[in-house]
Amino acid sequence: MSDAGEAVTQGNLGETLQSLWDRLTNRARAAIGLAPRGPRKPTYLFYRHTIPVRALHWLNAIIMLVMLMSGLQIFNAHPALYWGNGSDFDHPFVSLAAEGTQDNFHGVTMIGSWKLDTDGWLGASDDNGVKSVRGFPEWATLPAASPNLALGRLWHFAFAWLLVVNGLAYFAYVFASGHFKVELLPTKKDFSHLGQEILDHARLRFAKGDAARHYNGIQRMTYFVVIFVLGPLIVLTGLTMSPTMDSAFPFLPWLFGGRQSARTIHFLCAFSFLAFFVIHIVMVVLSGTWNNLRSMITGRYAIEMEKPDG
Amino acid sequence: MAEIVAANRRTVLARIAAAAGAFALAGCTDLSQDPWVLGILGEVENLTRRAQRLFAGGHALAPEYAKADIAPVFRANGTLNPNTNDYNVHAANGFKDWVIEVNGLVEKPLKISMAQLRAMPSRTQITRHDCVEGWSCIGEWTGTPLQLILAMARPTAESRYVVFYCADPMGEASLDAHGNIVQPPYYYESLDLLEATHPQTILAYKLNGQTLPIEHGAPVRLRAERQLGYKMPKYVQRIELVSEFNRIGSGKGGYWEDQGYQWFGGI
Repeated sequence: MSDAGEAVTQGNLGETLQSLWDRLTNRARAAIGLAPRGPRKPTYLFYRHTIPVRALHWLNAIIMLVMLMSGLQIFNAHPALYWGNGSDFDHPFVSLAAEGTQDNFHGVTMIGSWKLDTDGWLGASDDNGVKSVRGFPEWATLPAASPNLALGRLWHFAFAWLLVVNGLAYFAYVFASGHFKVELLPTKKDFSHLGQEILDHARLRFAKGDAARHYNGIQRMTYFVVIFVLGPLIVLTGLTMSPTMDSAFPFLPWLFGGRQSARTIHFLCAFSFLAFFVIHIVMVVLSGTWNNLRSMITGRYAIEMEKPDG
Repeated sequence: MAEIVAANRRTVLARIAAAAGAFALAGCTDLSQDPWVLGILGEVENLTRRAQRLFAGGHALAPEYAKADIAPVFRANGTLNPNTNDYNVHAANGFKDWVIEVNGLVEKPLKISMAQLRAMPSRTQITRHDCVEGWSCIGEWTGTPLQLILAMARPTAESRYVVFYCADPMGEASLDAHGNIVQPPYYYESLDLLEATHPQTILAYKLNGQTLPIEHGAPVRLRAERQLGYKMPKYVQRIELVSEFNRIGSGKGGYWEDQGYQWFGGI
């Protein structure tokens, strides 16, 4: 394994795949009326992601997907959120429900007293071709048919173990290797340059040259919050919903303001992860799909040379 | 020409994406029906139970709350009235003749009347009821600690589980292919001895200071406060000590367990 930071010359396979990728994306650009991209500037390959980071990243992607989809199946058993220890059934602050008669109903989402028509998406949607009362739709849940709380729980609790093991392995790696301090911990400079970075991101100006070797401030802050705040929070709020864990650690429900509050925070964390995932994918596409994808598969990330190669 | 090719390519790509999506969804749902996958997922339950027991041990108490936290209306779930002839006779009679049998692997089988149960030392606890569906409700329960009853019956060395048989049928009687009447299964549940002898595991006959209402399991229901609601059967008629439960019901240790729910209801 070569050291992180070492420049590597581009292999033949990499070149072939890259030119194939460029031809494909140029066809796609032509199809939607965009001019083809010009020839690539000379680049060098930088070893960006080590094997543990890449392996744990993809494992995490699969685990999180199963956790989210099985979690939505569990949520469908009682699609309402409350605050406190008990459920105030008459005043959930979010609920997915169906309105109307048994033969003619449509799905609604209630946020406080604010009602949204979400028929076909939330509250009521097709289940195996039959319109049904169900919180989240069948394409979003595991298993697809709802209600199936028992199976949703089996998947969720099995993959929760994998999530924790995978997460702990990642924590151990980033702390032991120094990756945490070098790449993940936001610096003072990150905060003082935040305004400029937000502007750069909004204009889709991404770091070039040597600056592209490191995460930028927004990346560091985002990864830090997602990994070291949202991650532990979603695990702890999940454990707080377990009555046996509450007997072992009574401070858990106290910490989150009650079991129902913990359930609500758990749900908000899940949707924060989903929002992160969507933005993550958008950023991957905007800053170079193939380059990013390759760096998370082979570890190599192409950086444009600041001066023509001498 | 190039545009047509690109358009075709897009159609093909869209079709491939749609097919892949459908395949992934169908795949996951199919996996959920694969006995091998279910077996592995089920094994994880044992890991979860062991891990939770490691932290909670035998005697860690579920949180208890103040009077002010009691829900104005305690939600009733599952069977709201067994409505069998036998049960209706008992209900009309104020459950005066209701008897709880304790038998199986015990040295001294018992028959306990409601009057005897109420005369025993009681425990009152304001606890949070956590339903497997996700909601919670706080109520005040009064009842006889199950460990006192077990101590009187003296479980033998082979006993491992306590099985609760209830008076509520789960569904209607039906006819089989030969025209014979098939009775629906009755609700039943089981706990291991560790959970059954926990100080907060009681046979409750009062909710919020009042006689237990029918919708909450009159005249007596189980409270096992470190477990989810489905582990706390209502309308308890018989308590059996067993070494294993694989010949009871469909063999999974409870009515909902027989429908695919986990036997360990601590999470």
